[in-house]
Amino acid sequence: MPEQNTARLDPQATTDPQETIDAEIAQIQTDYRASVEADASKEETQPRLNYPPYRSSLLRHPTKDLHHTDPETIELHSPAFGHRDVHILESDLTIQHNGEPIGERIKVRGKVIDGNGRPVRNQLIEIWQANAAGRYIHKRDQHPAPIDPNFSGVGRAITGEDGSYEFTTIKPAPYPWKNHHNAWRPAHIHFSLFGTDFTQRMITQMYFPGDPLFSLDPIYQGITDQKARDRLVATYDHSVTSHEWNTGYTFDIVLTGSQRTWMEDEDHDH
Amino acid sequence: MTTNDLTPTPGQTIGPFFGYFNAAENVHLPFENGQHLVPASDERAIQLTGTVYDGAGDPIPDAMLEIWQADENGNIPTQDGSLIRDPFVFTGWGRATTDNVGTYRFTTVEPGPTEDGKAPFIHVVVFARGLLNKLHTRAYIPDTEGLENDPTIAALGDRAETVIAKRDGKRLILDIHIQGDNETVFFQFPGMTYPKP
Repeated sequence: MPEQNTARLDPQATTDPQETIDAEIAQIQTDYRASVEADASKEETQPRLNYPPYRSSLLRHPTKDLHHTDPETIELHSPAFGHRDVHILESDLTIQHNGEPIGERIKVRGKVIDGNGRPVRNQLIEIWQANAAGRYIHKRDQHPAPIDPNFSGVGRAITGEDGSYEFTTIKPAPYPWKNHHNAWRPAHIHFSLFGTDFTQRMITQMYFPGDPLFSLDPIYQGITDQKARDRLVATYDHSVTSHEWNTGYTFDIVLTGSQRTWMEDEDHDH
Repeated sequence: MTTNDLTPTPGQTIGPFFGYFNAAENVHLPFENGQHLVPASDERAIQLTGTVYDGAGDPIPDAMLEIWQADENGNIPTQDGSLIRDPFVFTGWGRATTDNVGTYRFTTVEPGPTEDGKAPFIHVVVFARGLLNKLHTRAYIPDTEGLENDPTIAALGDRAETVIAKRDGKRLILDIHIQGDNETVFFQFPGMTYPKP
């Protein structure tokens, strides 16, 4: 990274123009491509924790190496969730209030599997998102876009026997944030996921295909590899749409592999 | 529909807007009694608490922590009901957000060891705005049989103290330093990748 670029730890850094961020992103991208061309094993599949164009990451990433270790027994299991925890209607974000929320009604459908291809069944998925105007219901969201009284933007579901889930919601809009001057996030839905092992716990963001803000966004670009970034982009899927009711997307999620020794009865699909 | 690509999906930051808990609408990531795995009135109850700091030593007021642990006898909980708690059922999992001064608090029980010869600990996963992926750590219980000879603790050397809680009566205190001189040890388990340029 060029040293003279910006006073990154200074609050004034939020006045950096998009062009400054773009240049930093481009430099990292160039360096990354060169490193993969030289050595294919350098391919990255997860975001970098230290990604300077995302200013908040500067003081919020570990600088020491993570300690490699094997999971102990408790870590090979996950908390149990079920329909005691989550009502079936919580997966429909459009019926939480008295009226219809404003915006494009969509369904998002997919499967959660682990790195061995095993469906992650009967597990909790949580989502949260901005509304169709790009506004979250949150005390810290001061973006002057309207709150929709009929949309909270939060849902939950329990995966089926085949790892499947489905949410009905409203397509979120992009929204501004203060990483730099005139910064906008691509539209996204946050996903929170559990596996069969607690080490598989993850939080991510699902994006929509073709978003023009992708190249400008330091959170999406924090994943340096295009193939890896593509894994966060949902697919428009006409088979998920309904006549005169909703459009639809599919978004499958792969967790890391389970390290547990599976018993026959726990794994009856295989 | 089948997923043919088995490379794990990338993580992303939790961002700032994961939850404004509002009692009228119990649907955000923080939920009622999320941080209370047992009621404070439970005779076994202890508090696991601490502050989450960034690399400048400033508290992080927008982190979310989850814990997952065995019960007091070292048994792995298998009961559902974490999101709608029954005060007489221990589910082993809790979620807390840091407050305005970066402090988190869980009410729980002291776990027993889940393996012979290993020290008992509470598994902790950390999410925060600015943190592009989750981080896993452990809060080891101080003064327990097994801590001295625990292979993981031994392997950490001087840094082991960053993952061993300090006891103060019924409180176990463990601060988490995401970055800095006292940086907490974070664990990388098989299958996880954290790219470093």
